[in-house]
Amino acid sequence: MTASAVPELLIAAGSASQAERYVEAGASAVIVGDSRFGMRLPGSIPARELADAVSRIHARGAKAYVSANRLFRNGELEGLPDYLKAAAEAGADAISFGDPAVLLNAREFAPDVPLHWNPDMIATNSAAANYWGRRGAVRAVLARELNEEEIAGFRGGTSMDIQVQVHGATNIYYSYRNLVQSYMEHLGKEAALVDRGPDKGLYLIETERPDLRFPVYEDESGTHVMSADDICLLEALPDLVSMGVNSLYIEPLLKTESYNMTVLGSYRAALDRLAADGDAYVMDPKWLEAIRQIQDPERELSFGFLYKVQVY
Amino acid sequence: MSTLRDAVLRRPGSRLRLAKPELLAPAGSLEKLKFAVHYGADAVYIGGQKYGLRSNADNFSIEQMREGVAFASRYGAKVFVATNIFAHEEDLPGVADYLKELEDAGISAVITADPAIVETAMRAAPKLEVHLSTQQSTMNWQAVRFWRDEGLPRVVLARETTMDEIREIKSRVDIEIEVFVHGAMCSSVSGRCVLSNHFTDRDSNRGGCCQSCRWKYDLHADDRSVAEPGRNLFTMGSKDLCMIEHLPELIEAGVDSFKIEGRMKSAHYVASVVNAYRQAIDAYFADPEGYELRKEWVEEIGKAANRPLNTGFFFGTPGATEHIYEPEEKPAPYDFAAVVTDYDPGTGTATVQQRSPFRPGMTVEFVGPGGRRFSQRIGELADSEGGRLDAARHPLQLVRLKTDQPVQVFDIMRKKIG
Repeated sequence: MTASAVPELLIAAGSASQAERYVEAGASAVIVGDSRFGMRLPGSIPARELADAVSRIHARGAKAYVSANRLFRNGELEGLPDYLKAAAEAGADAISFGDPAVLLNAREFAPDVPLHWNPDMIATNSAAANYWGRRGAVRAVLARELNEEEIAGFRGGTSMDIQVQVHGATNIYYSYRNLVQSYMEHLGKEAALVDRGPDKGLYLIETERPDLRFPVYEDESGTHVMSADDICLLEALPDLVSMGVNSLYIEPLLKTESYNMTVLGSYRAALDRLAADGDAYVMDPKWLEAIRQIQDPERELSFGFLYKVQVY
Repeated sequence: MSTLRDAVLRRPGSRLRLAKPELLAPAGSLEKLKFAVHYGADAVYIGGQKYGLRSNADNFSIEQMREGVAFASRYGAKVFVATNIFAHEEDLPGVADYLKELEDAGISAVITADPAIVETAMRAAPKLEVHLSTQQSTMNWQAVRFWRDEGLPRVVLARETTMDEIREIKSRVDIEIEVFVHGAMCSSVSGRCVLSNHFTDRDSNRGGCCQSCRWKYDLHADDRSVAEPGRNLFTMGSKDLCMIEHLPELIEAGVDSFKIEGRMKSAHYVASVVNAYRQAIDAYFADPEGYELRKEWVEEIGKAANRPLNTGFFFGTPGATEHIYEPEEKPAPYDFAAVVTDYDPGTGTATVQQRSPFRPGMTVEFVGPGGRRFSQRIGELADSEGGRLDAARHPLQLVRLKTDQPVQVFDIMRKKIG
């Protein structure tokens, strides 16, 4: 296996200094951005600080992507040109989008920055990716609900880069409603009891599935429900790499920085070993063990949808 | 905010010159299509046997579509097909052939979310209009402009779009705008929910949604349940949308198509809701300045369903009172008893086809398009040979009875429950 075939190891960071630490821990690319424009970021970096963040990430040899993949309302469009200009001036290596409004603005205000199509769960086939590819996107961020065969089919159907989430929680429900606040009001409780943000430890238990905890939180873009398990595709890395996945994403949300650094370390070690050993690669069990030791016992490490067959 | 109507009303002698919006109704089956069209829908949307989001519905074969198109065309109505899944690789082969079949069957438009299907339709079936589904979550004017520039004649807005935002979109982009005005709603941004995938391995964005948002959840904070014993649990379930009281604002905002949700709903429900909205739209256009909401329309909607209603995002973000925390929904107050298939004005005798049991002595209500309705006590019942019946017990059985007022084919006979 050639070094060029080794995919990028990507994570989102909430600050420039956190991005630096993630690169030190093994990330070769980092997503940053302002949470008014990017969906579910682990922290918000306003436009005026993007240049600093991007240059610090670049200084450590990693790529820096700026997230703009929220859905926008009329009143939220106003800030987009300046945000995208700031990303371009900062030297961002890509801007991610889900809303076509961002595509239009990027053509005008950041024409030289590559675009990543990242609409969460609706990126399900290569023909849709190619549609956005012909309109400027160079990468598709695949829905987490695809299995191995579908990822391979997606890979075969497009020449765009493809990004797959390999670790962490996934978003399974997104609403513009303030569902936690509404429920607290229904109960007659102080809404302030439930503060906003992903790290408040709120979770839902469905009445017939008492063992599963689904984290839920509100932020400025609405209510997010997250998966009860954490994807962990460390053991499937050789398959994903040989399939031709270009970017492996670690979702840092709902985790501590030290957890994320350990995860990055394990995936980095595996990718480096893959690059060195090629077909002779054997996974070192200690990489997985390092993650298991710090994994919340209430959250199963799973293969997500990689080996599932869904019906409809 | 002053409306166009206010502005016009301030100028004596001026009249509103607005196009009449389309009333677009769901049709889960050929029978429901006929009721929807007969009761006043300008267009209906149906599901085919592929690529639609209601895999549990009684979806149409191509042959049934042809029959539906022929029926609708007698009323000048159109038939749209929802091809609104987000496709996976395995779904892609065959899309072009299927869309061509729809085009050949006389379908006017497909309602499509996946850009892969959007562009296939435009290439392979150019006579089909491509309407962008609400599943694409379009809620700003620039995204609408993007799709207009891509060649789409119509966008179905996300249900999160407010009245003010709709006005702005219509003022900035020359494109047809369709909005949901009535029925059940995803509480998530449509398409941005894979609860079913996680709970049941059913793909919500390919028609497998099992409505997990309406299940009950125990919200925990600090590892403790937030609800005290006996209190309602958390849910994401939204009340149903109902905009019958706000039609003038929607018309004046320039909405081109008013969409009713409910391909899984009964023929009785579809006929009743369409009947109410049809009358309201027609009343407005007959006399915009004198328009007043009539309580009969609101009552008509309440007869075939008893779900709590609200106005969604039109006037602001839904809060505590717009969600359903209470245990169970109540059944509809009226049930579909029979449909009129013939009427003999000489003898005042109606022939009806049974939909649920009824017997002499019961009081029923006959209702027809345009708000015709009257209460009727059932006298003698006879079968189609004239033999006397003590009850109409059998589904689809033809039964004769005398009515105090004339009735017409397709009039609905409904009975009160309980």
